[in-house]
Amino acid sequence: MQERRPDRKLFSRRFRLIRSRQRSPMSSQSEKLVCNNVWKIFGENPKSVLARHNHAPSAGQLAQEGYIGAVRDVSLSVKEGEIFIIMGLSGCGKSTLVRCMSRLIEPSAGEILFNGQDLLKTGEKELIDIRRHKMGMVFQHFALLPHLNVMGNVAFPLEIQGVNRQTREARAAEVIELVGLVGRENYYPRELSGGQQQRVGIARSLAVEPEIWFLDEPFSALDPLIRREMQDEFLRLQSVLHKTIVFITHDFDEAIRLADRIAIMNGGEIIQTGTPEELVLNPATEYVSEFTRGIPRAKVLSASAIMVPVSGDAVSGQVAMATKIDDLAADMVSANAPRAVINNDGAVVGEITRDAVLAVLVEKEGQP
Amino acid sequence: MNGPTVLSARRPLAVNPWLVAWAVALGLVVVVSLIGKDTLPWAFKFPRQWVIPLSVWISDFTKWLLNDFDLGLFTFKELTRSIAWVIEQPYWLVRSLLSTGFLQGRGSDAVLVFPRLSWVAVIFIITMMGYYAKDWKLALLVGVCFLYLAVFGQWDSAMATLSSIIIAVPFGVMGGLLLGIAGFRSPRLELIIRPILDLMQTVPVFAYLVPILILFGFGPVSAMIATIIYALPPMVRITMLGLRQVPSEITEFGSMAGCSPLQLLWKVQIPAAKTTLMVGVNQVVMMSLNMVIIASMIGAGGLGFDVLSALRRLKIGEGVEAGFAITLLAIALDRLSQAYAHRPPPMHGAARQGFIRRNPNLVLAVFIIAVTWMVGTVMTSMQTFPEAWQITTGAFWGDLVRAININYFDQLDSFKNFLLLNLMIPFKRFLLGLPWVTVVGLVGLAGWQLGGWRLSLLTGSLALFIAIVGLWPKSMVTVYLCGISVLIACLIGIPIGVAASRNDRLHRIVQAIIDTLQTLPSFVYLMPVVMLFRVGDFSAMLAVIAYALVPAIRYTDHGLRQVPAHLIEAARATGCTRRQILWKVQMPLALPEIMLGVNQTIMMALSMLVITALVGTRDLGQEVYIALTKADTGRGLVAGVCVAFIAIISDRLISAWSNRRKAELGLE
Repeated sequence: MQERRPDRKLFSRRFRLIRSRQRSPMSSQSEKLVCNNVWKIFGENPKSVLARHNHAPSAGQLAQEGYIGAVRDVSLSVKEGEIFIIMGLSGCGKSTLVRCMSRLIEPSAGEILFNGQDLLKTGEKELIDIRRHKMGMVFQHFALLPHLNVMGNVAFPLEIQGVNRQTREARAAEVIELVGLVGRENYYPRELSGGQQQRVGIARSLAVEPEIWFLDEPFSALDPLIRREMQDEFLRLQSVLHKTIVFITHDFDEAIRLADRIAIMNGGEIIQTGTPEELVLNPATEYVSEFTRGIPRAKVLSASAIMVPVSGDAVSGQVAMATKIDDLAADMVSANAPRAVINNDGAVVGEITRDAVLAVLVEKEGQP
Repeated sequence: MNGPTVLSARRPLAVNPWLVAWAVALGLVVVVSLIGKDTLPWAFKFPRQWVIPLSVWISDFTKWLLNDFDLGLFTFKELTRSIAWVIEQPYWLVRSLLSTGFLQGRGSDAVLVFPRLSWVAVIFIITMMGYYAKDWKLALLVGVCFLYLAVFGQWDSAMATLSSIIIAVPFGVMGGLLLGIAGFRSPRLELIIRPILDLMQTVPVFAYLVPILILFGFGPVSAMIATIIYALPPMVRITMLGLRQVPSEITEFGSMAGCSPLQLLWKVQIPAAKTTLMVGVNQVVMMSLNMVIIASMIGAGGLGFDVLSALRRLKIGEGVEAGFAITLLAIALDRLSQAYAHRPPPMHGAARQGFIRRNPNLVLAVFIIAVTWMVGTVMTSMQTFPEAWQITTGAFWGDLVRAININYFDQLDSFKNFLLLNLMIPFKRFLLGLPWVTVVGLVGLAGWQLGGWRLSLLTGSLALFIAIVGLWPKSMVTVYLCGISVLIACLIGIPIGVAASRNDRLHRIVQAIIDTLQTLPSFVYLMPVVMLFRVGDFSAMLAVIAYALVPAIRYTDHGLRQVPAHLIEAARATGCTRRQILWKVQMPLALPEIMLGVNQTIMMALSMLVITALVGTRDLGQEVYIALTKADTGRGLVAGVCVAFIAIISDRLISAWSNRRKAELGLE
C-alpha cells in the first residue's frame, strides 16, 4: 500500500493562501453554473401539478396528490474556481439536484445555466459534447468498470471521444500520477482498497480536464481515517487545479473543512447558502443551527469576524483578515498587545484582542 | 334474558365469504353432476356443432402462406428457404470439420478433400478448455466424458449433435441478447415481449416443430431453427434482468463520460452485466442440447436419433449407450459453460508482448491439430478411433433388462397394476366425468379469489378456449396425468427437500444429484421406464415424476434455508423442539417458496408429458405428436396452445397465491 504522498503540511499552507486570495472579491468572479427555480417532481404528470399550483406547490400539496418533490424551487450560483458544497441528510434531494445540474435527471422545471447556456434547451448531441469535454463526476460507490484495469478506467472517457490509444494512455498516466497511483496501472478495481478505488474515480473524472467537477458524496463510503486522508488529498489537488467544484456531502464537518460556500438542503429546498463562517455566525433557521452547534468556532471564524475598530494603541504584529482564530491563537494567548488586522492589499482594517480570541476558544456564550 | 342477545349482537357470525362461495360452487358442481346427465347433456360433452374449427383455419392459412403468399420480389417460401440457407452454411462448415470431413461430390461418390478433426485433437482441445476455464479436475472430467464417446463408438453421432449446438448457441445468444436489449430499452416493447416469452416457454416443443417443418423443410436446419427458438427465451429474460441490475452509478458514469447511447450499451452496461449474461449462455447451451436431441424427429440426426431409433426398435443396449453419451455430453457442456460463466475476473499482470505470448492456448491448439492431422495421414488410428478398440456394453444392458423382466416380471407388473387400478384410473374417470362448464366456473372462481376479476377473466377464458376448440377430454387426460405425477413428485420431493435443509452433508449430496439430473435432456428419462414397464400411462407417469422431481426438492430446501436465522433463534429461545421449529416457524414462512417449487414441478411435468407421447399416452401430447407425424400445423399448434393454457392457468393461480402470501408475511 505504498502511496506517494506529498508533504501535506506544505500543501495545506499553500492552499490556505490560495483560498484567501480567491475568496475576498467574490462579486468579481464569473458565475460558472447557475440554477434558477429548478424543480424535480417525481410522479405521473409533474408539469400539470406545477401548473395547477401556480408553479409553486407546497410539500404538503405535492404529497397529497401522490407526488414527491425531490428538488423544490432551487436557485443557486456556483462561481468559477470555488468549492461549492451542497450539504443535507439522506433523502433531502441533494443527489437529485446534482444530477439535475448535469441533466442525468431531467428537471421538471427551471433553468440550468452552464457558462450562460441553458442546459435544458441543449440538444442531445451538444449535451454529450459538453459532458465529454467540460464535465467530470465522481461517485459515492466509485462506479469503476469492473472489466477494465486502472489504466483502462482512467482512459475510458478519452476512449469514448475517440482519442487514439497512445495519446489517451499518456494523458491517463499523468492523472494517475497526480492521484498517486503510479505502479497500479495494471490492477483491476477489485484488487484495490476503497481509498485507492476512489483515487481511480477521481483520476478518471479529471482525465478530460473538466471545467466543472461534480463530486457526489465521494468519501462517504470510506472509513473515517481514509476519509480524512482523502479530504487532504482533495484539497491538495484543488490547490493545483483550481476547478469549479460542486461537492455533495451529508457530513457537516466535511463541508466546513472543504467548502468555500455551503448550501444546506432539507426536504428538497435550500435552507441557507453561505460561507462556513456565515452559517456559524448567522444560522438562518433552527435546522441550520442544529448542525453548527457542535462545530469548534475557532476553526471556522477568521480574524475579521472578531476584529474591532482600530483603537490607536500599540499593536504586537499583523495578521491577515482571513486567518482562522485557531491558527493565530497560539501566538495571541501570550501576546500583551492587540494585533492589527490587514486586508489583501496590506491596509490595516481593524485589530483583535487576546480576550476576544480567548472568548472564541472557550466558546463563551454571547460571543459570535 | 338479555345475555344471549347482547352476545350475538356483539359477535355476528364471522363467516369467511369465500368459504360460502366455494361451498355454493361445489354444491352446484355436485348437483349438476348428479342430475345434469339427462337434462343438461351439453354441459358434459361439448357439443360438436359449437366447436370452432381453429386448427383447420390455421392449417389452411399455413398452406396459403407457403403456396400463394407473394411478397412482391420473392415469395414467402423463398424467404424461409433463404433464411434456412444462411443458417446452413456455418452449420455445414462446422459439421464438416467435426463430423463428416470436407467432401467433394455427393452421396457415395463423394471424395474426401480434407479430413475432419481427429478424435485426439478434439479431446485435447476440450481438455485444454476445461483447464483454461477452471482447473485440472474439470479438464479431466470433460476429457473423460469425450473419451467415452470415442471408446463406446458414439463419436460420429456425438459430433453431429455437437456441431448443431455449436451453431445454434451463438444464434440463440445473439438473438436473445438483442431482444433482451430491445426490451430493456423500451418498457413498452417489454410489455409485448413478456407474454410471448411465457407462451414460448409453455407451448410444448413438438408443437412448433410442425410449422417449422412445413416452413423450412425436413432436415438439420429446421431442427436448428427449432432449437434456436426454444433456447432463446431464457437468454432474453436474463439479458433484461442483467442490464437492469447494473448499478445506476455505473450507467450514470457512462452518461457523464459522454457516451452515445450505443457506447453506453456496449462499452459500459453489457460489460458490467457480463457475469449475469454468462449464466444465460449456460442456459442456452443446455436448452439447445435438450432440443437438439428432441429435434432428431425432424432430421437433426445425431445422438437423439440413435436413442429414438433404439426406442422404436426396442434395442435396449444401443439405447442405453446412446443415452449415456447424451448424459455425458450434457454434463461436460454444462460444467464447462458454468466454469466459463464463473471464471474469476482478470488479475493484474504485465501486458504480454507478441501474438504467441498473448494467445498461448490458441497457438497450442492449432499446433496439436496440425500434428494430429499429419500423424493421422500415416496412422489412421490417430484420425479415427479404431473399431477394434471400441467397447460395447449393449449386450450387457439387454441381458440385464431381460433378466429383470424374467425374474421380477410379476412383482413389477403387480406394482404397476395396483397403482393403475387404485389410483390412476379412478382419478382419470373422475376428471373425465366432471361437466366442463363447472370446471371452467371453478377455475374462474379460484382466479377471482386469488387475483380479482382480471385473473378470473384470464383463467376462465383460457379454460373456455380449451372446450371451444374441442379438446376438452384430451385436456382432462393431460390434467390427470400431470396432476398425479406432480402429486407423487411432491410427496417424494418435499420430504427430501426438508431432510436436505436440516443436514448440510445431505444437502451437498442432494444438490450434486439434482444438478446433474437437471442437466439431462428429457429424452434420456424415457429409456429406463420403457425398459422396465413398456409403454403406457404408467411408464409416462414414472418418466414425468423423475423429470419433475428436481424443483420440488430444490425449492423446499431453499425455502426452508432462507427463513431468517434470528426467527429460528427466537423460537429456540422460546423452547421449541426441532420438530416444532419446523412445523410452526419454518414451514409457514417457507410455504410460498415451496408453492413456487410446486409450480415449477407442474411446468416441468407438462413439458415432459408431451415427450412421453412417444411411449403411448392418449392426451394432448399425443395429439401434438400425431400432428407432427402428419405435418398438420393447425392440429399441432392448437393442441400445443391448450397445453400452454393449462400451464398458464396453474402458473398464474399459484403465483398469485404465493405472492399474496409473501406480502402478508412481509417477506418481500
